[in-house]
Amino acid sequence: MSILSCEALTKTYVSGGREITVLRDITFELEAGEVLAVTGPSGSGKSTLLGLLAGLDRPARGRVVLDGHDLSALTEDERARLRAEKVGFVFQFFHLIPTLTARENVQVPLELRGEDARARAEDLLARVGLAERGHHYPAQLSGGEQQRVAVARAFAHRPRILFADEPTGNLDAQNGANVVALLSEMNRELGTTLVLVTHDPDLARRAGRVIRLRDGEAVPA
Amino acid sequence: MSRLRFALALAWREGRGSRRRGGLVVAAVAIGVAALVAINSFGDNLQASVRQEARALLGADLFLSSPEPFSERAEVVLAELRRASSPAAELVRVVRFGAMARASAGGTRLAQVVAVDPGYPFYGTIDTAPAGEWPRLAETGGAIADPGILVAPGASLGDELALGEARFTLRATVENVPGDVGVRTAFGPRVFIPRRRVEETRLLAFGSRARYEAFLKLPPGTDAEALAARFRGRLAAERLVVRTVSDDQRRLNDTLSRLANYLALVALAALLLGGLAVASAVHVFIRRRLESVAVLRCLGASTGTLLAAYLIQAAAVGLVGSLVGAGLGVVAQLALPLLLRELIPVDVAWSPSWPAVLAGVGVGVWVAVVFSLLPLLAVRRVSPLAVLRRDYEPPAAPRSDVARGLALLALAGSVVGLAVIEAGRVGAGLLFAAGIALALGALALAAALLVRGLRRFLPRRLPYLYRQGLANTFRPANQTLLVVLALGFGTFLLSTLVLVQHNLLRELRVDRGEERPNVVFFDVQPDQREDVEARVRARAPLLGPAVPIIPMRIQSVKGRAASELLASAEEADRPGRWALRREYRSSHRDSSRPSERVVAGEWWRPGEWRGRTATETIPIAVDADLARELEVGVGDEIVWDVQGLLVPSRVACLRDVDWARFEPNFFVVFPEGPLDGAPRSFVLLSRLDDAAARARLQREIVEAHPNVSSLDLAQVQRGVERILDRVALAIRFMALFSLAAGAAVLAGAVAASRHQRVREGALLRTLGATRHQLVRILLAEYAVLGALAGVAALVLSTLAGWALVRFVFGGVFAFPGPALFTLLLGIAALTIAIGLAGSTEVWRRPPLEVLRAE
Repeated sequence: MSILSCEALTKTYVSGGREITVLRDITFELEAGEVLAVTGPSGSGKSTLLGLLAGLDRPARGRVVLDGHDLSALTEDERARLRAEKVGFVFQFFHLIPTLTARENVQVPLELRGEDARARAEDLLARVGLAERGHHYPAQLSGGEQQRVAVARAFAHRPRILFADEPTGNLDAQNGANVVALLSEMNRELGTTLVLVTHDPDLARRAGRVIRLRDGEAVPA
Repeated sequence: MSRLRFALALAWREGRGSRRRGGLVVAAVAIGVAALVAINSFGDNLQASVRQEARALLGADLFLSSPEPFSERAEVVLAELRRASSPAAELVRVVRFGAMARASAGGTRLAQVVAVDPGYPFYGTIDTAPAGEWPRLAETGGAIADPGILVAPGASLGDELALGEARFTLRATVENVPGDVGVRTAFGPRVFIPRRRVEETRLLAFGSRARYEAFLKLPPGTDAEALAARFRGRLAAERLVVRTVSDDQRRLNDTLSRLANYLALVALAALLLGGLAVASAVHVFIRRRLESVAVLRCLGASTGTLLAAYLIQAAAVGLVGSLVGAGLGVVAQLALPLLLRELIPVDVAWSPSWPAVLAGVGVGVWVAVVFSLLPLLAVRRVSPLAVLRRDYEPPAAPRSDVARGLALLALAGSVVGLAVIEAGRVGAGLLFAAGIALALGALALAAALLVRGLRRFLPRRLPYLYRQGLANTFRPANQTLLVVLALGFGTFLLSTLVLVQHNLLRELRVDRGEERPNVVFFDVQPDQREDVEARVRARAPLLGPAVPIIPMRIQSVKGRAASELLASAEEADRPGRWALRREYRSSHRDSSRPSERVVAGEWWRPGEWRGRTATETIPIAVDADLARELEVGVGDEIVWDVQGLLVPSRVACLRDVDWARFEPNFFVVFPEGPLDGAPRSFVLLSRLDDAAARARLQREIVEAHPNVSSLDLAQVQRGVERILDRVALAIRFMALFSLAAGAAVLAGAVAASRHQRVREGALLRTLGATRHQLVRILLAEYAVLGALAGVAALVLSTLAGWALVRFVFGGVFAFPGPALFTLLLGIAALTIAIGLAGSTEVWRRPPLEVLRAE
């Protein structure tokens, strides 16, 4: 059974009185454990597609089925709960909570579910090589370190699928490579499906599948 | 010139975009300006009313008054004064004294009897119900009284009222008397009777307090001031006070403007908070604009042009806020006469006072500009390089920054200057500015300590949602300190008021303790003493022996005759003249009472002066404040005129007297012995817990001895409470402006961090938080903010209240827990309400949209 599928997914915005189609008729199916890269020039709708697939946004037409749930049938809160259970995120600009320490940041997804997370958070931090830095605040960490914390956070609740929006976009080559390696490792060990939006050709090359977008449409490789 | 034009254009274009954020700053300034305009407008209108009604307030052109019937010499001078104008001045006389009024139904109450000649008052009219009774008073020979007479002692129109040994038919009640101060009736109703019937009452016997007054109406065109000046000296030597309309007006204005000044200071506090709001808003505004500023610098704009552009925006915001505030203030001014109605003697018309409005607008703009200066100076440090690199750090500010110093100076100077202007006096203004600075500083310190403590001891065990909310109060670039300051200040003002009022009332409470008297009998003549004591003892315990009261006057001080001192021109301007003129009621005892404390010199030994006569120089104990007025100290001589007998005395010690206690307290105390033969009356104190029984006892005594007056102290206490309530209400009204300004600051802070909070909310939503969870986080954050502000304010106001009660009022401090706790809850609730109202976007906007915009 596919873990993620979408059908005729279309998204439009109204801008300056005109309707602009950002995504047009995207259809595909993804099996559990696969790694999908979504590539394309900027403005091609990559991040929009990601948002729709993760249930952060609603399409104009078409539907998304995530782990057997039709997202259009769920309310905001139900989708949030689904995310808390099954979905992990990594962002281009890290988006850590500045008033929490690294360890506390990693704990957030579990604490939102009411679970005690201290031990697991420390475990994960060790996993991403930041065992000593748990008590530091994001402001005290470098870009690469912050992204690694974000990766730890993304895996805290053992999600089935992980969405990453330009995870290396704000990192230098070395750190970017580290993050990519981490993600691949997690994918291999835990069987987490990865959906990566990126315009980094290296990252795209490592993916099992690639969807190329141009002007909102999927184009052949 | 084109640079200025560019600055203006920039200001306009930038301003277009930030309309909504500007709205809150406008509100903050508007509130402060509204308060100022309201109180200053009111003050101006008050003065205008006093000017208009001044003649009616006095009721005459010239007014003479004395605590005794005019002496023969005084009458001669008076006759000369009347003849000094042509035609001769008209004259009416009035006698005022206190007496027990007895209703036919049996109730009694101490009333203020005003015995008038026909023709009084010359100016202004006294309206009665039924109408028309006043001009006929002499003819009908009845009485006209305050409406309070219908309640206590409980007479009705047409009833007979007994005053002393005479009976008066109650013909009407007064509707209004020019110069009426509403709260005065809390102390007993006035009863107006024709002067020709005073003798019948037989009340002006020995020892009773009365004031003998003469009112003169001068022919039009006569210069009352000049006339008064000519005769004042000679009349003063006979212990008469002479007042003209302008004297009266000046005195009234002085008192009223002092009241208005204090209220204006509270208003100023609100405006200063508005200034803080401006400063913080500008600070946030500049931070957001840093990128635009950097770009403009790249394109060649100079720092000066940019500063000018932003100053213009600040001034514009200040102007809009001030205009709105002025409008609000003119409307709010409506409320003040209503609130203060019972405390002021004139009807204040409601009309906008343009000078007050203009001044308010000017001050508002000035405050907006001055408070923007400091944060705006940050613009100087923005380098064009910031455009190329997001994380470019500007070089640290140079240590000696002249511009910054000047801006700080302008700020401090403005605050002090405004305080002095509003207070009307340099001393009070400086004190206020210092007080504000101290309060704000202490609040800031308390807030910083609390925040630090919270961070350190953040309870780990709290559920995550509440912990997150708490942690959010110290997110980067938080405005926690500012919000706590602003909210806390308004709360501080309000809670200090509550504290002081509570303690003052406690101090004056009559009911506590079985040892404290709650009914007093005075003017008891020596031959009545035994009978009165017996009657009282039959119903209730006598608290202590009867206290002797001996009336006397000062004949000379330190060798100089009082009449000489009063008449001389240079003494005329000294403030202590009343002390020389006054009729003293002194007592004799050999020890001090609990209500007094010897601060200089030594009390005489008990019994040392028994059996000695008044020919030797007798030691006396004098109230310390009186001694200051008379300019005497320990060892100085005062000669007393005790009903014609001259008694020499020497100040043996000075005492601090606690006049707030409802007990017989005296300016001067003699030793037992030398005055034993002097004519006297007595005061008896007793305590009866049942109010009805008290009333019955009073009636019995007054029926047996009509000249004995009595006072139910519980009633007096109620009267005092009423006055305090009125004053507190007015102050609280003004303090509310401060709280409103604080709320505006809070709303501004909420708006300023909205961007951040929406992003945090979106992130948490992405990670799986439901709306409900988000709301709880917000709730926690604002509850903490409100609690911080409340606790800091309460702690500080407790300290301030304690200091005030202990050192200024000399009492024991009590903490009104329930009232203050309610205030704390109220502040927390207000904070939560405003915070949540400004945060609805946090859970409304779809998460993705927010996360992408970086």
